[in-house]
Amino acid sequence: MLRVTSPFFALVLSLILSTAALAQQPLQVTIDEGNLEPTPIAIPDFVENGSGDLYGADIAEVVRNDLASSALFTSIPQNAFIETITNIDLRPRFQDWRIIEADALLAGRVTQQPDGRLLVAFRLWDTRLEEQMLGLQFVTAPENWRRVAHKVADAVYERLTGETGYFDTRVVYVAEGTGPDGIPTRRLAIMDQDGANPSYLTDRSYMALLPNYSPSAQQIAYVSFIDGHATTYLYDLETGRQEALFATGTRGLAQVDANGQSLSARFSPDGQSLVVAIERQAGHDIHRFDLRSRQLTRLTDHPADDVEPSFSPEGDRIVFSSARGGGSQLYVMDANGGPAQRITYGEGRYTAPVWSPRGDLIAFVKQRGSQFALGVVRADGSGQERILYEGYFVDSPAWSPNGRVLLFTRGDRSSNGTQYAIWSIDLAGFNLRPAPIRGAASDPAWSPLID
Amino acid sequence: MPDRVRFRRDDARMNIKFLAVASIAALAAACASTPPEDNTQPPTSGPVADQTTPPRGDTYQGPTPGTEAHFVATAGDRVFYDLDQYSLRPEARETLRRQAEWLNAYPGTTILVAGNCDERGTREYNLALGARRANAARDYLVSLGVSPSRISTVSYGKERPSCMQSNEACWAQNRNAITMIQGGSNS
Repeated sequence: MLRVTSPFFALVLSLILSTAALAQQPLQVTIDEGNLEPTPIAIPDFVENGSGDLYGADIAEVVRNDLASSALFTSIPQNAFIETITNIDLRPRFQDWRIIEADALLAGRVTQQPDGRLLVAFRLWDTRLEEQMLGLQFVTAPENWRRVAHKVADAVYERLTGETGYFDTRVVYVAEGTGPDGIPTRRLAIMDQDGANPSYLTDRSYMALLPNYSPSAQQIAYVSFIDGHATTYLYDLETGRQEALFATGTRGLAQVDANGQSLSARFSPDGQSLVVAIERQAGHDIHRFDLRSRQLTRLTDHPADDVEPSFSPEGDRIVFSSARGGGSQLYVMDANGGPAQRITYGEGRYTAPVWSPRGDLIAFVKQRGSQFALGVVRADGSGQERILYEGYFVDSPAWSPNGRVLLFTRGDRSSNGTQYAIWSIDLAGFNLRPAPIRGAASDPAWSPLID
Repeated sequence: MPDRVRFRRDDARMNIKFLAVASIAALAAACASTPPEDNTQPPTSGPVADQTTPPRGDTYQGPTPGTEAHFVATAGDRVFYDLDQYSLRPEARETLRRQAEWLNAYPGTTILVAGNCDERGTREYNLALGARRANAARDYLVSLGVSPSRISTVSYGKERPSCMQSNEACWAQNRNAITMIQGGSNS
């Protein structure tokens, strides 16, 4: 079946699909369709072979939630099932699954190995063609059962959509609160993509803002106020160790002006350098910092503030926002600096650009009048921008590693001040949903797929 | 430009409201020994002169000369900016002139100028704008004879609002640069 990479043809595509669906073709879920017609999938609790806690039901539940959260799938309730799967190596009675309108059946099994580890195996069936689409197995320590479940969901998603999954990922964000003295608190927190295993990375004693992941998923670049003013820090997730990148005095890896703040840093795709806005005498300019040579190179030198830089996935270009044209707009330049090409021309203030991992689009925040919007524009500035969400406040878009979903900060007006939360929406503008976080949160950073 | 006019009027009205809040805060601070930063009061262009003149003595009720409270009462600790702007308004220059006078009278003091923004902008954008606001205030103080070595600046962006509600009156109050006495004061 057709697979279309551009999201701009979502509606047209859905018509083609509904015609094509009449023919007997292999099951294929098209992402660009949004949630217009999610594919029904049956996921029985995984069969358990062995004693002790094998998490057969838990794993199936995580897989169901992952797939349903994409809105590309609906999970058929188990009480509708006719056949009970007891052996995943036998062909299922496909008719029983077609009757309950399951287009796909995921049959899994957890086996306890002699060494105590779990062997998680599954088969994905196309119930209409009566063919196995995928069969895989994973071996892991029992405490990693959630990660295995996410990997199963990623494998199913990839097989059915043709796109890489994004479920075995983590999200770092800013947990917002108020200290006992009434002063706002901003702490870095981390959780699994589905909200499980939440924990704090930093404490209340200083503000932490604007985290970004390294391509290895091992480090976080963020803005720390631990030195009294905004300073770019690197945080190692393995060790919890952190260091200032740019500082006055002797502490930072590279020296900057006294009182000069350094802001949100984003990694190059090869992980070897960072791009970051640093305050100089005349304002903020984009800089590139080589992590190996520790050399800091200034890329822009404009009287207006140049901020919020983000690398293209090839690492050859940088998008940033600048007030050089009057109001804030988005510009693209070579990764080594040079002339910048303006890519947005709409009314209002364009900020917070983030290059899609697929390379073709740049997500942004647009502020016009009293409204904020989350949108995407082609990286070369051609064509029309597309607004995915509009509301009272929007900030800090973050792409899923496959470039199909965006997390963002959403603010809603209330009687006791604006309430900030992280929401997600897919690239087709569908499936707007809150991230599973308790309490106020902002500044999501989405990890790459974890190995 | 009816919007501009309205912002300024809101500023003025808010200052009065904030004065009431601040005096309650000051009262609480006296009991709870809150850090002096929390004790700040708004810029008041009229009444301030009344509180400053008496010499120190048993009958003097005002803040001790040379203290941060005295600075706040005499000069006013903050200046306000227009929406998305960092240029100084005439009344902001007036406040900074009083600040410079005070600072020149107490040459041992050092200050931190903090730039702040309303919440109607993205986070990094506001960190940059807050720095512009702090720098604009600093540069004017320097032009009035305050040594740059006595002045530090910081931007809190939109992260340290004085006023927490989501309305224009509050946002106008949060678009500011606040001068805090860091060292060398009499307290």
